[in-house]
Amino acid sequence: MQAEEHTLEKVVCEAEVEIRNADGLHMRPAMQFVDIANQFECDITVSNSENSVDGKSIMQMSMLAATYGTKLKIRTEGAGAQKAINALQELVEARHFDEPAPGEPKKS
Amino acid sequence: MKLSDFVCFKAIIPELKAKDRDGAIAELVTALDRAGRLGNDNSQEIIRVVIKREKEASTGMGKGVALPHVKHGAVKDVTAAVGRSSVGIDFSSLDKQPVYSVILLISPVDNPDRHLQAMESIFKHLQRDRFRKFLRQSATAEEIEDLLKEADEDSSL
Repeated sequence: MQAEEHTLEKVVCEAEVEIRNADGLHMRPAMQFVDIANQFECDITVSNSENSVDGKSIMQMSMLAATYGTKLKIRTEGAGAQKAINALQELVEARHFDEPAPGEPKKS
Repeated sequence: MKLSDFVCFKAIIPELKAKDRDGAIAELVTALDRAGRLGNDNSQEIIRVVIKREKEASTGMGKGVALPHVKHGAVKDVTAAVGRSSVGIDFSSLDKQPVYSVILLISPVDNPDRHLQAMESIFKHLQRDRFRKFLRQSATAEEIEDLLKEADEDSSL
């Protein structure tokens, strides 16, 4: 077991995602993001052109004010880094926070 | 965006009378209404929808602050009221702790970016321990107004 600890390297993953829901990263999507982020052990950092924030903090994520079309960089580091980045990428780009894209009718 | 661009200084309540969430929301909406920010006869409807939104998911984000908000056609631009409670209010917050500072935000229906910019401006300061502490300690409307104006000038606050 000791040998394993010595060879343990921190896995780092990075991805760029684009906000695709019309209302952007407002509080509800930010909460969804933080909920998923907190399921993982790794450190998660999210950056826009100005700030880098803790992807597990709702207050910090709300500060990004990412509007529709904004590109964010997600960086995960540590245990589960790859799984975490996949899950977050899916939330933002594939599911776009379960919200409508611009011009799409709102789901009731 | 600066705090003074959208916080309505006539709608600052230094000591909320309400001891519960719904009462605090009603007080803050009423303050905005009295300040003339909500058009005609919209306040009861806005109180209802803000509470409805709050029931769907609490905006009590922990660390003693809550940010109830809603989009409503009564406003053309973002407007906010600020309330303080020295005894604390149960907002079903994420950290289960009482809320001492409540910022109520009403945003226009058709401008999601403006809403996000206001949120950014609020959280830039709210995430700082020092700002939260000062806000909690400000006992008069003047002190709260001064703090918000100071925060606009001093990006480290």
